[in-house]
Amino acid sequence: MSLITTLARLEAVRTGRAQSAATVRHRHLSDRPLVFVPLTTAGEAGAPLGALAGTDRDAPHLLVVPQPRDRDLRFAFLAELADVVLPHIEAYADAVEAAERTETDPETGKRVKVEVDLCADAAQLIVPSRAGVDFVRLLGRSMRFRRTAEQDPEAPHPAPPRVPLLGRWLTHYGERARVPGSSLLLAMTDLLGRHWATGQSTLEDQHLGALLAWIDPPGGASGAEAALRAELARDADGQLLCPPAGPATDPAFDNKLLAPAIERYDRARTALAAAEDGQAADERLGALTAAEREIRALVESRTRPTWDAVWRGLDLLRELPAGAHVEDRWTRDRWSFTGHRDRILSGEPPQPRRDDAVTAANKLATREREQARLEAQEALDDPLVMAGRRLAGEAFAGEVTDVVMTYSEGKRPSPRPLVTVRTEDRPHLGDRVKVYRSLGGRPQAAEFAGQEAEGVLVLRIVDKMGRGKEPEAGSVPEKGDLVCFTLFEHEQRGGARLPDPEQTPWTHGGPPGEAAAVPEAADAQTEEDIL
Amino acid sequence: MTAEAVTALAGPVDRAEPAFDPAAEAARATAAILRDTLDGAERGVVVDSPPGAGKSTLVVRAALELAEAGRPLMVVAQTNAQVDDLVLRLAEKNPELPVGRLHSSDADPYDKALDDLPSVRTSAKAADLGGLPVVLSTAAKWAHVTVDEPWRHAIVDEAYQMRSDSLLAVAGLFERALFVGDPGQLDPFAIVGSEQWAGLSYDPSASAVTTLLAHNPGLPQHRLPVSWRLPASAAPLVSDAFYPYTPFRSGTDHGDRRLAFAVPSDGSGPDRVLDEAAASGWGLLELPARHTPRTDPEAVRAVATVVRRLLDRGGAAASERSPDPVPLTAGRIAVGTAHRDQAAAVRAALADLGVTEVTVDTANRLQGREYDVTVVLHPLSGRPDATAFHLETGRLCVLASRHRHACIVVCRAGVGDLLDDYPSTEPVQLGTAVKFPDGWEANHAVLAHLAEHRVTWRP
Amino acid sequence: MDKASLASALGSPAVFGQSQFAFMRGNAFEARVKADGGAELLRLVHDKLDRSAEPPAGAQVPALSATGPEGRAARTSLALREATEAPGTWTLLDHPMLALDVAGSPAFLEPDAVVVHPDGSWTVVEIKSFPMLDGSADPAKVGAAARQAAVYVLALEQVAARLSPSPRVRHRILLVCPKDFSNLPTASAVDVRKQRAVTDRQLARLTRIEDIADALPEGVCFSPDLPADELTAAVEAVPATYAPECLSACELAFHCRARSREAGAVTSLGRPVRAELGGLSTVEDVLAAARGEAGDPADPAVAALRRAAALRAEALATAGGGAL
Repeated sequence: MSLITTLARLEAVRTGRAQSAATVRHRHLSDRPLVFVPLTTAGEAGAPLGALAGTDRDAPHLLVVPQPRDRDLRFAFLAELADVVLPHIEAYADAVEAAERTETDPETGKRVKVEVDLCADAAQLIVPSRAGVDFVRLLGRSMRFRRTAEQDPEAPHPAPPRVPLLGRWLTHYGERARVPGSSLLLAMTDLLGRHWATGQSTLEDQHLGALLAWIDPPGGASGAEAALRAELARDADGQLLCPPAGPATDPAFDNKLLAPAIERYDRARTALAAAEDGQAADERLGALTAAEREIRALVESRTRPTWDAVWRGLDLLRELPAGAHVEDRWTRDRWSFTGHRDRILSGEPPQPRRDDAVTAANKLATREREQARLEAQEALDDPLVMAGRRLAGEAFAGEVTDVVMTYSEGKRPSPRPLVTVRTEDRPHLGDRVKVYRSLGGRPQAAEFAGQEAEGVLVLRIVDKMGRGKEPEAGSVPEKGDLVCFTLFEHEQRGGARLPDPEQTPWTHGGPPGEAAAVPEAADAQTEEDIL
Repeated sequence: MTAEAVTALAGPVDRAEPAFDPAAEAARATAAILRDTLDGAERGVVVDSPPGAGKSTLVVRAALELAEAGRPLMVVAQTNAQVDDLVLRLAEKNPELPVGRLHSSDADPYDKALDDLPSVRTSAKAADLGGLPVVLSTAAKWAHVTVDEPWRHAIVDEAYQMRSDSLLAVAGLFERALFVGDPGQLDPFAIVGSEQWAGLSYDPSASAVTTLLAHNPGLPQHRLPVSWRLPASAAPLVSDAFYPYTPFRSGTDHGDRRLAFAVPSDGSGPDRVLDEAAASGWGLLELPARHTPRTDPEAVRAVATVVRRLLDRGGAAASERSPDPVPLTAGRIAVGTAHRDQAAAVRAALADLGVTEVTVDTANRLQGREYDVTVVLHPLSGRPDATAFHLETGRLCVLASRHRHACIVVCRAGVGDLLDDYPSTEPVQLGTAVKFPDGWEANHAVLAHLAEHRVTWRP
Repeated sequence: MDKASLASALGSPAVFGQSQFAFMRGNAFEARVKADGGAELLRLVHDKLDRSAEPPAGAQVPALSATGPEGRAARTSLALREATEAPGTWTLLDHPMLALDVAGSPAFLEPDAVVVHPDGSWTVVEIKSFPMLDGSADPAKVGAAARQAAVYVLALEQVAARLSPSPRVRHRILLVCPKDFSNLPTASAVDVRKQRAVTDRQLARLTRIEDIADALPEGVCFSPDLPADELTAAVEAVPATYAPECLSACELAFHCRARSREAGAVTSLGRPVRAELGGLSTVEDVLAAARGEAGDPADPAVAALRRAAALRAEALATAGGGAL
């Protein structure tokens, strides 16, 4: 943790309020995000209990599985979820604009520009916490290999048609969320934690209620008091006043409220099944409906506070102006979204259970590149982030005190002005180390040419001065200018070209062969399966 | 073979055994490696080389023999400095051999000394170097090369420091390869999480050798059994602590290396620890326990003072290379730290004492280097906490294995307790081989050994 | 000592407790794994750890019930000896009781199962209800299971050491979990050598229980029935260093956190916060040093704090904002 963030946290302890950890918003926020607050059943590998989902903060869709172990009820839940989520995604998938992309021509092997569709915007999904992101991934994994009746008429428990499709989209969102700086799927705790420093640890910041309490404490309370209340306060029944943001529920809720309600529901179902005549069935159906309503009310009571907290967090984040590079990264998200749309349209099979060697290496390379890009862009967009880099010796800011014109040797001498900068920062500069500054949004490079005195650095500007012998106007800093140079590059180079998966070398297992052509099997089903 | 079986075969290392002839053992190992490389049936050969065991010598020798046999060879190293070093060594051994140095198109892409070698051709384009018997470059540069016909042979140097994905990018360029590296040094790392691939044989963030052996378990694996760098006082500790399942020995015996000072001790802590290190090969200068920032001024000054006294006292080193004592000059001394800011602070403190020629660097940058005496600022000295970075086995291994004569560690008291407060509670990924040794245990082992050479000092 | 009820009595109840859904599912899964005389469990041990041995059929499942933990531990030791002396057979010990010597006092441990192989070697089996999804499982949970199993391995080694010849206690344990989304068992061998070595070292250095007791003031008592202030005083007497990680591991963590915050300890914000602060350990000391009101400017920690404070102030001024 940078000392600057540490100071902000300690300041938060002292003042009782969270402090700024950013001066601009570093993530894209959609005008119409889809918020998803899921709950799961304890001890089961992702058996959903219910969820709130939707784009209207005042009217969330409530989805409930009254008996989480019942496969049909679970499928009904997933189908309903697909009905909420897929139309939202598809609306974005249908609106495209023309864009250019460089592709390798399959015949000539040359890199050529082709015109393609790019979705004009992409659907954004917001969950309360990191555990919610994991749950999205788990739901995606559990659904994408499901077989529908159309695919496999013999399947004992065919999935509703749109369920595998939702699984593929959720899987894509879950994978994209691993790319640094991406905004397709975001956890509210991460978003808030990125922009505010609280007076508690990052571990405790995982509790959405406590985190919000520090940033926006209700009614004049101190952040510490409000956070403690959010974490621990219980009502007379022993229930948490601020339920966990899920998907896990509080054991006291499970044991005291949910378990008895599910038991009543089970009894009502058994009774209904045993009804011998119409009138009895009607009465018992009424009892079943009441039991179900009770569980729905319980699920809503545990999800609604979190739902409201997520929207409150969005309000707070929207008060921050977007960082200058946020749009650039969102465009990458749109490409990712469009790419997945195209794979589905072209009939590709669902994402495999595990990546092959080439896919894994490509993903890792992309994420490392995006991490470097994110770090550079956040620093360029936000003086507070840059301050951290300056403190770490990775950047420096100061005033230009002298500019001396020199020229490169050779037939066509180019300008190589020597710029003297006085700074109080202490960059880790070595001989001829490259440094960069932003010149009209493009990086201009310079070399460290020496130190005249403590804090007086001489830099040789080496590019972005035009083609002539004299530098273009405004391309060289002038005496008295305030400048900020970084030791890190502003733009990321493309990585190594990896072989096609079919060309996997012997060191990595060789070509996949026939086995890879067989589609992934659906998960085996047993009588007591969950999901 | 499991690691357990390996130890069972190797048995406890009996250091009193008189029959051990290091030169013969090393020659036998080298011959077997070259046989498998030149005439073996397998596509790959793996060689583990502990610190100072002659890895570069082996690489150069294998390269020359392959070239002599008329087999086109590409050499993959991990950094430009490593590539340049190999080119210089090749040219030194065989000035006639045409060698290609493929380089990047950045400014100053290679060592200017290469321009003075008539048989070395440099280019940023692989096509310009076609037909040369040996072409060398970094893994990063090779990854951008495409060929119609793969090379018949490759040598991959520092293969344990190469990432699996980096090997994936270049493996299509060659038919078969010799992989050489030191498994005890710092592992490659990724700047983003890669847990989702843990347990996969081709985890892109794993080392190239891990992936290679997972897919080709039958490849011949050799190890160089003798460290020519580490003295008899250091090899057993480094071997036991960092190479528990692949032990090695020192090529020299106790008494073969001697360090002496013309100026007697003034009784100060630094002088006493110098005498201890000269006599035993190890010295621990222990400062009073205290939580400090990374650039602990007292510890930094202590490191600088030790170096200053090392030079002032007219140190002289005698060894199997030169039985007559050779003056210990600044160029033969290095200071190792965990962090860059610590190295910068030590450099500044040395400059204050008028010392400028001594190498001061982090463990990462000291990998592969060799000095007569090293002074190490212990990675855990003064720390209030022990992170995975500071506990990493490779970091300590690099710092404790750069010296030919003696290693002096400067550290605040209390590291043992700190270690005990931070037992490894690492998460465990299913399907991944446990990497030995554990940093926590290795740290304890080194600390226990250093305690026998402790000089406490209150500056 | 029951740390949970102690915590409640101290007024900082922990959030621990188990959902009955998780409890029921865990029990159902373990029962399923051990059904039919442990046939499935033994099949997994054979498949994952000992394929060269005869496949298990008709394994022995000795009764281990006895009175009290000492009695059960003695019964377990006997069963282990008998199984080891019967080569060529598989034996499953269901919920054996092991005594581990901790600084001279026995601690009683109950692994889910121990299997004796036909070659006489012993394997610890851990049954967990978190899933193995596509061959991988939550690394934090696997790590915890490995540490737990390592303790059982050490305890078994103490039993084995009393036998002659001493049977081998395997250092690869078997972790059994539900497969994917089903409740079918699947398993993975986990190498616990590291965890075993760490635990061994910790046990060896563990201050004798008597030493802890000796260090406490005369008459300290931890009974939850005591009034809260007396209890607090008693707990305060035990040295403990709170860090946020404690919250997920210890019932008393909320109590320790409150004390740590009250004392203004910076570690209550996380251990890494301490890293660059040198000797400064309280919030007020750090802030005073950063503001230039205290601290030696020659101390690099103080100097860095002042630079950090200045850079932060400059950045916030540049952005035209300020705190919120």
